[in-house]
Amino acid sequence: MSTHQATFVRASMIEASAPPVAEGGIVHWLRENLFATPKDTVLTIIGALALAWLLPPAIQWLFLDAAWTGGGRGVCATVAQGGSQPEGWSGACWAFVNAKLDQFVYGRYPLDERWRPTLVGILFILFLVPMAIPKVPYKGINAILLFAVLPLISLILLPGGWFGLTFVETPLWGGLMVTLILSFVGIAVSLPLGILLALGRRSHMPVIKMLCTAFIELVRGIPLITVLFMASVMLPLFLPQGVTFDKFLRALIGVSLFASAYMAEVVRGGLQAIPKGQYEGADSLGLSFWQKMNLIVLPQALKLVIPGIVNTFIGLFKDTSLVSIIGMFDLLGIVRFNFTDANWASSVTPISGLIFAGFIFWLFCFGMSRYSGFMERVLDTAHKR
Amino acid sequence: MAIGVTTTPEKSKPSGSIINDPQVRGIFYQVITLVVLAAFVYWVADNTIENLKRANIASGYDFLNGRAGFDVGQSLIAYTSDSTYQSALVVGLLNTLLVAVCGIFTATIIGFAVGIGRLSHNWLIAKLSLAYVEIFRNIPPLLVIFFWYSGVLAILPQPRESAALPLNMFLNNRGLAFPKPIFGDGSLYTVLAFVLAIVASFLVARYARKKQEATGQRFPVLWTSLGLIIGLPLLTFLATGSPITFDVPIAGKFNLTGGSVIGPEFLSLFLALSFYTAAFIAEIVRAGIRGVSKGQTEAAHALGIRPGLTTRLVVVPQALRIIIPPLTSQYLNLTKNSSLAVAIGYADLVAVGGTILNQTGQSIEIVTIWIVVYLSLSLATSLFMNWFNARMALVER
Repeated sequence: MSTHQATFVRASMIEASAPPVAEGGIVHWLRENLFATPKDTVLTIIGALALAWLLPPAIQWLFLDAAWTGGGRGVCATVAQGGSQPEGWSGACWAFVNAKLDQFVYGRYPLDERWRPTLVGILFILFLVPMAIPKVPYKGINAILLFAVLPLISLILLPGGWFGLTFVETPLWGGLMVTLILSFVGIAVSLPLGILLALGRRSHMPVIKMLCTAFIELVRGIPLITVLFMASVMLPLFLPQGVTFDKFLRALIGVSLFASAYMAEVVRGGLQAIPKGQYEGADSLGLSFWQKMNLIVLPQALKLVIPGIVNTFIGLFKDTSLVSIIGMFDLLGIVRFNFTDANWASSVTPISGLIFAGFIFWLFCFGMSRYSGFMERVLDTAHKR
Repeated sequence: MAIGVTTTPEKSKPSGSIINDPQVRGIFYQVITLVVLAAFVYWVADNTIENLKRANIASGYDFLNGRAGFDVGQSLIAYTSDSTYQSALVVGLLNTLLVAVCGIFTATIIGFAVGIGRLSHNWLIAKLSLAYVEIFRNIPPLLVIFFWYSGVLAILPQPRESAALPLNMFLNNRGLAFPKPIFGDGSLYTVLAFVLAIVASFLVARYARKKQEATGQRFPVLWTSLGLIIGLPLLTFLATGSPITFDVPIAGKFNLTGGSVIGPEFLSLFLALSFYTAAFIAEIVRAGIRGVSKGQTEAAHALGIRPGLTTRLVVVPQALRIIIPPLTSQYLNLTKNSSLAVAIGYADLVAVGGTILNQTGQSIEIVTIWIVVYLSLSLATSLFMNWFNARMALVER
């Protein structure tokens, strides 16, 4: 085999030349995405102008001009208002959030006893994180820890009153702690209850079907605030004299029942989407009703409606803020409660507090929606089309 | 071997006990449920009657004729503190409807704009729309209401330093002052002309459709209708000698005089509900438009239909079919969320009802009124949207 070297054949490859300017790089990107048509150009300019008008003042107000530290309203008020800031100053009052942070988390829980909610919070994170990561084994034990052991520990630790722990009544609870407890219990109750209601609504027994449908449609037709009013005003009427429910517990019942009606409709959507053949297949195997549901139908149906379920969770989390209307101090309630503190009264205090509370709510809700997207991809075991 | 198994007819029936008969079991479960429910209702009713007797509260709706004795901030009908509880509740209901209708109108416009913006090829517009949706979807509506109420509107200038807006409007921390129309004699004709013009536009539209179906020629419906709706009342207005005058708010030394004022309560509730619900509507609109397969657009282009007409005649009618059912539930949500008014003292149905409840203690009656009103509102909205949906739905041949 002879290696013949023709002089007119290159011995080495030439370097690839750069693409034309119009077909690559930043110029191309800009052209494609921002200035494709005259209409696009106009829109881009309007958008950029809006950003330029909105963003720098916002950053200035939120960060650069903000009062970060300080012990009282002085740092958040101008000289004319009795503070130390120059005339015409306006900025976020993060010093207020900074000073009240403990209260925003624990409410008016006694200072010496705050290790109790902290411990519960740490346990919650310890149990939740391995539960949320699909690869971590022992999900069964983990679920028991999260949904049985943790509530038991919280029930002992948070109110106290036994094992030498001082009793802390629920009106003293508040802040993020209350928001999280309400949401956790609401989520833990509404999912199973919603599944039961959805199964009831699709039942062949007319009485069960009618009752479940009536409950679901009634609750879905009225605002949560009327449900909370009902729980706080009418529940005492329904009970015999002397039997009283804790206000916190009443709100908990109201929120859970409300969310379970919405959950039921979401789950029903999933149940309807399962082909009839799956039900018939389970029947032909001789499975009982609960075996059929637990092993065949529900695993498929729930997987289908994960986005809907998480949306209901997010809705529930946001709705817990309504308990501040019936006089409880959840995160929003305690932030608003602190507006009345004369030591911090200034014109920028309310908006700073609200932005902080909004950011916390946003963080949780956004996290949940992102996690649901992740779970959807993990559980998507069906054949790809 | 197994083929040869013979079963006697008796054995194929469920043998023995009726415990295993699903039908019998079903009846058994239902009877149990009914008995438990009846016992529970009896127990609750018994307790309630006992409690009411002890608290000395007469049940029934007679209290509605009593004197209310409280003022409401904003009312669409004549109302004083001497009016009855009944008229107070009507004021509340009208206020609920007012904020719901205004909110639905604005939320739809913002929602459609943002939803279409999310699908824009323009990177900047798409990202801005995305940011809007992600921010407002993940914040409680109550917080948005407080943000407007105690964050923005409360730090507006005092009345004497009101910010002047175009059209003789003024903005201050007591709300938005705007010129109040005063209807003189003969202004009824203008209103009549307006109604007449709307009816006429409907007839024109129907005529145009018939004509197009028969001859294929198109009739400029939009311009004719616009001309009718704007022109006819304007002509009548001028012909009857301009009977409508405006009471313009004037900035005095300490306060504004004249004009009408929309309170900060209404403004913050309206703005919050619009912005919050718009984020959800935007996602619905986006899903609806994405749900129309690309082949439809391409086919329309292949037929030589212009892009604008493609959107109007091919994409939007099909997208609306996907959009309308979830849009209905968003409208219902907005109406229900308007009950958050109670937190900032806007006199809606729940706020007025709550006040009455505190005064009279008639909790069962008030809660019943709430439930009945909200359920009928829900029902009315869904009936209307179902009708609209049926008109829009795919006509299958």
